[in-house]
Amino acid sequence: MTAELLRFLSLQDYNTRVVLAGACAFGAAAGLIGTFLLLRKRALLGDTLGHSTLPGVAAAFLIAYALGAAGKSLPWLLAGAAISGAAGMVSVLMIRRFSRIKDDAALAIVLSVFFGFGVTLVTAVQQLPGGNAAGLDHFIYGKTASMTAADAWFILCMSVVVAALCAGLFKEFTLLCFDEGFAGAGGWPVRLLDGILMALVVLVTVVGLQAVGLLLVVALLVIPPAAARFWSDRLEVMAIVATAIGCLSAGAGVAASAIFARLPAGAIIVLCAAFLFSLSMVLGAQRGILLRCWHERSATRRLRCEHLLRAVYECLESGPATAAALRHKRPWKPGDLEREISRSINAGLLTPGGGGALQLTGTGRLEARRLVRNHRLWELYLLHHADVAPARVDRDADLIEHVLDPGLVDGLEAILDNERRAAFVPEDPEK
Amino acid sequence: MMAWSEIDTWIVVTGALISMACAIPGVFLLLNRQSMLGDAISHAVLPGLAAGFLISGSRDPLPMFVGASLAGLLTGLITEWIHRRGRVDADASLGVVFCSLFALGLILIRHAADRVDLDPGCVLYGSIETAVVDTGWMPGIAQLSGGMFLANLLLAILLFKELRIAAFDPALSTAMGISAHAMKQGLTIITAITTVVAFESVGSILVIAMLIVPGATALVMSHRLAHALALSLLFAALAAAIGHVAAISIVPQALARLTGFPGLGAVSSAGMMAASAGLLFVTVLVCGRLAGLRAIIRPEPDPQAGTALEVKASSRG
Repeated sequence: MTAELLRFLSLQDYNTRVVLAGACAFGAAAGLIGTFLLLRKRALLGDTLGHSTLPGVAAAFLIAYALGAAGKSLPWLLAGAAISGAAGMVSVLMIRRFSRIKDDAALAIVLSVFFGFGVTLVTAVQQLPGGNAAGLDHFIYGKTASMTAADAWFILCMSVVVAALCAGLFKEFTLLCFDEGFAGAGGWPVRLLDGILMALVVLVTVVGLQAVGLLLVVALLVIPPAAARFWSDRLEVMAIVATAIGCLSAGAGVAASAIFARLPAGAIIVLCAAFLFSLSMVLGAQRGILLRCWHERSATRRLRCEHLLRAVYECLESGPATAAALRHKRPWKPGDLEREISRSINAGLLTPGGGGALQLTGTGRLEARRLVRNHRLWELYLLHHADVAPARVDRDADLIEHVLDPGLVDGLEAILDNERRAAFVPEDPEK
Repeated sequence: MMAWSEIDTWIVVTGALISMACAIPGVFLLLNRQSMLGDAISHAVLPGLAAGFLISGSRDPLPMFVGASLAGLLTGLITEWIHRRGRVDADASLGVVFCSLFALGLILIRHAADRVDLDPGCVLYGSIETAVVDTGWMPGIAQLSGGMFLANLLLAILLFKELRIAAFDPALSTAMGISAHAMKQGLTIITAITTVVAFESVGSILVIAMLIVPGATALVMSHRLAHALALSLLFAALAAAIGHVAAISIVPQALARLTGFPGLGAVSSAGMMAASAGLLFVTVLVCGRLAGLRAIIRPEPDPQAGTALEVKASSRG
């Protein structure tokens, strides 16, 4: 196995070099263009497009046969695929335009109807003399490992075109993805831009189908961008990460299939991409699950601490802050109150006083006063300026007290007159 | 001219029954915006089929069926999980899941094929023409699809109110004690089972098309769910009949004329059934638009408006 690894790493085999270059270039191009597709919420368009090329390929073969030409000429079949793919895409847009049918349904309709018609034509092609050898299904389910140098050059050229157009029209595509209406109102040619983007998708799909097969096209258009989404909220970063993930999984897959001879390259590439996706989903620096769990956890902790401080302050206004009195203040989950009390004592916000009652320390008092102040100011505001019923203001204020910033608090003070406030709202702890 | 035999009748009957069995969950898939689920499941069941085969060590259909159904169910569950926990768009997470499962299936099949001849093509794509050849009073496949259709119909009738409210107002339905999430999962299970049963016998393309196209055609025509369900059944059966007739008569003749090769026989019936479903959809859509246009250009005299005018005129006079 080490021998095979070395052999792969030193790129001795001509075939390995070709497949590696072709697959990596395709992975990068698909990842890049897939990013825009994902953000336009058309992630599965590649699937529909790929399936809808079948009738074009079969029809091209039939027409070539009728004209007496050799049906297997590659550019001819590719042209058929591109025309039929574009027709599929136009059909999706037409269904959207002329009916109230949703996007996903339009995609599914076009996929199944075009593919069904394609299957019909293929069964006719197979009955023609020489039709079986045409390998039309090989055209659709192309094999990555048997890629030729011509295929690889073709893919490289395609990737350069895709990368150049995406870089040149980056600002326009961004606008298209995030605010189509605004782009139209701003005078951008939205239809034309959309057309260019979709034409690039057709290009990637048709070139990819022939070289690496339908599965890999669909997978590399969807998985790397979806994985990249976990890493950044910025489009340029996301596009670069998606390109890298597409390229990396293609390279890793080709390596694995070169080292373990029995593994089909296409399937391994998809599984590598899926592995990178799950990794990103857990570890992602922007939307990863671990990160989000951490944020949620610290936020709940802060909220619980603030709730406790306010409850203690309010208890102390009328009597001792015993555990029973605190429990009466708000619905605590079992165990939460005790845990939070000991945590706050450790943090130096509370001290245990006599008879099981709690006292606020200096810092605890300031913090508690700030919270109560926010809460009551907001209650007053809701009562006098927003006409909210008195029974509801406590709950609304409960939600907002944690996020009121000092500027807003000053504003609230300014609009609520002093007499109403004096008896009820504690003084500013800063003064 | 075409030669019609008993087998042709059974192909149409089986095709119609399968199509109608698919059309019922299909309408609800459309309403739930899960249209691509059929396509996804028909790819994602591959590892289930392969695992069933590897575990049982035989081509016995039962373990493969169980494996496939489990894989179909798993597709729905993982997709939902990625969509909720990872906040990935529903269609993108579906794409991630079914591509990965299909790739896994390919590797498993490759592994299984070392031991015995197992062709992914023959596992994935049954064909309706060969399925009905075994004759008794009724071919086994026709009985199976009939059973599937009746089961789905019964479920849809029994759970009609629940399915309707869960599809149109998930929040209200959950608040009323009918968990929209559970209904969605149930729908996924039904879809998975229907898909597996159907495509092991008649091929996946018919299933993917019939899950969505008749339902979409019906929803273009009708705004009432019960009407839409009935219409979708009608369109499904109609598409099956038109498709088979076209596959054995019109299409081969046209293609024979185009290519100048006279020996061209019947083409794939399942493919043509899917294509005719699409044809029906386009026809309905175009007719609907034309009717709408006519209503704009030449509005029908509204009896109410007429009386109002007369009243106005008489009061003025």
